[in-house]
Amino acid sequence: MTKQHQDKLMITGLAWFVAVVIFFPLFWMLLTGFKTETEAVTTPPSLFFAPTLENYEEVMRRADYFKFAWNSIFISGVATLVSLMLAVPAAYAMAFFPTKRTKSTLLWMLSTKMLPPVGVLMPIFLLFRDMGLQDTQIGLIIVYALMNLPIVVWMLYTFFKEVPREILEAGRMDGALPKDELYHLLVPLSLPGIASTALLSIILCWNEAFWSLFLTTSDATPLTAFIASFSSPQGLFWAKLSAASTMAIAPILVFGWMSQKQLVRGLTFGAVK
Amino acid sequence: MSKCSKTNKWGDIDMGKRFTAAFASALLAGTALAQAETITIATVNNGDMIIMQALSGAFEAAHPDITLDWVVLEENVLRQRVTTDIATGSGQFDVMTIGTYEVPIWAQQDWLVPLETLPADYDLDDVLAPVRDGLSYDGTLYALPFYAESTMLYYRTDLFQAAGIEVVDQPTYEQVRDWAAAVHDPANDVYGICLRGKPGWGENMAFLSTMVNTFGGQWFDMDWNPTIDSPEWREAIGFYVDLLNSYGPPGASSNGFNENLALFSTGKCAMWIDATVAAGMLSNPDQSQVVDTLGFTATPIAVTPKGSHWLWSWALAIPASSDAQDAALEFISWATSKEYIQLVGAERGWVSVPPGTRASTYANPEYQAAAPFAQFVLDAIQTTDPIDNTLNPSPYTGIQYVGIPGFQAIGTQVGQMIAAALTGQMSLDEALESAQRSTERTMRQAGYLR
Repeated sequence: MTKQHQDKLMITGLAWFVAVVIFFPLFWMLLTGFKTETEAVTTPPSLFFAPTLENYEEVMRRADYFKFAWNSIFISGVATLVSLMLAVPAAYAMAFFPTKRTKSTLLWMLSTKMLPPVGVLMPIFLLFRDMGLQDTQIGLIIVYALMNLPIVVWMLYTFFKEVPREILEAGRMDGALPKDELYHLLVPLSLPGIASTALLSIILCWNEAFWSLFLTTSDATPLTAFIASFSSPQGLFWAKLSAASTMAIAPILVFGWMSQKQLVRGLTFGAVK
Repeated sequence: MSKCSKTNKWGDIDMGKRFTAAFASALLAGTALAQAETITIATVNNGDMIIMQALSGAFEAAHPDITLDWVVLEENVLRQRVTTDIATGSGQFDVMTIGTYEVPIWAQQDWLVPLETLPADYDLDDVLAPVRDGLSYDGTLYALPFYAESTMLYYRTDLFQAAGIEVVDQPTYEQVRDWAAAVHDPANDVYGICLRGKPGWGENMAFLSTMVNTFGGQWFDMDWNPTIDSPEWREAIGFYVDLLNSYGPPGASSNGFNENLALFSTGKCAMWIDATVAAGMLSNPDQSQVVDTLGFTATPIAVTPKGSHWLWSWALAIPASSDAQDAALEFISWATSKEYIQLVGAERGWVSVPPGTRASTYANPEYQAAAPFAQFVLDAIQTTDPIDNTLNPSPYTGIQYVGIPGFQAIGTQVGQMIAAALTGQMSLDEALESAQRSTERTMRQAGYLR
């Protein structure tokens, strides 16, 4: 076996190991959802058992899954669109027309992510109460769009920096205005980057569990609240919680699976020139 | 470059307007409209609460003008969510599920609606006196008990029989240690005793507070000085650490109620001291593998029976910020009534009725037949006294907690230090000393001490 062959084998083995480590909790959750509550807590845990759908039946009986799922889809989708609409022009300006404060502005934007959300819970809660935004989809959309904005701007900024300025300059020579440059040259050229940014933003919105639990009650509750309702202080709940969690991650998992090509293209965008 | 940015305009106004209009309409379409006679109920995902939710159709059928909207949350999330809501008066909830710890504190803040006029057939005198008192402040009732619990000792009759142990009606902790030693069989995956070890004011400290009480200790003296460094605490916590390290399951410091329930119901524990509410779960063949070998007796005592077993009740209260207080009162009166208990008995079987609240439940022969543990639970609850809770006089109410606003933080912090002593990260003396110091600090900050 040549050295090259050995290295390849080692890297493949390592990749498989990492993949299994990442996938195992998901696999276990999927499996536990089909066990009875007693089987779910038995030690040593059983890998082979008679699968049951009773947890899924119970979960469906106790909560309106589709209402939660629709809220998650709508809120994540619209919040991502809103943050992209704000971030694309911002990142364009920062990438192609930087001033001496651009770098520090970018850092300042990112620094807002360093504050724990609970630090601003009270002001935001009171604002929401006074503006009638509690338990509304629009309220969560605003919070999510603003919460993800720094990351979205940063990602787009790095993607836009990869686009050769000569292409934009050539467009400008042909009489394109900045908006034409943006919409007809830059956006199509960095579409994989924008797509992967959008995907990341959707995933972040989907998984967000602090604001969604505090700012919603029943009408605008997303799937995070759905999961939270299946944890019990007194009584066995792991099997039902696993079934509920599987149902909560299923849509985003399917979505991620379908768009993985875009995601990989986006993440490696500009890596090889 | 900057010249370029200045000479060209950014905004495409028409496009901007089109986007704004499209998004505004999309967002507005998604926002929900409020309904007039809907009452929003915040609750936890406990078995009894789930049954209430499932049977609430009967209430809606009898009250066509009231619609129920359920918000089920994890216990800690519920507490934070409800506290934020009530403290800011935002009125998102009309009925809240809270415990005996919160009721007097929140009532003092005028956060809850006093329940002075209950329906004539409610029969408040039927509600067990300690539970009623636990949900009152200054002689006024502020919440109606949905279910109540104390503690008891569960054991495996088969293992005890094999070891030749005769269980007594009122065991002592010394006896419990001897029994644990006799039945401890880690080679066969059976541990002598399971106790709460997971840090938290409602987890390990709930159990340990009762243990400290019965060893003659208390949280604070009459001047609100913490007494965690007292010999009574040292003896109680030392006994607990030694007992659990010698005869407990591995990783006991991460076991709370649910983890121990899982261990006991799968036959891994020979004994378990915990909430009486577990009796119903351990007697249910769908959830438990030890139904036929389940034995129970009173919570052990040491030097005094005072405060040796706790009193807790999940109760339904109406926040002062609710705008549907009459409808909410209708609902909570129904959900805690004799009629509701009859309904659960008929629909789900008598073993599933919410325990611990009404004398009439325990007088019911059908319940007595279905729940062999009924008398133990009744006795345990009847013998609790949240006021006369410790051997020496104490300035606070509460058995497994101290009824002051800052106790959740204090309890959790002390719980973490005791968990550290259990795992050996700290010595017992270090843990108790630092718990004493941190509690003194918190009490000073809260203005109890100078």
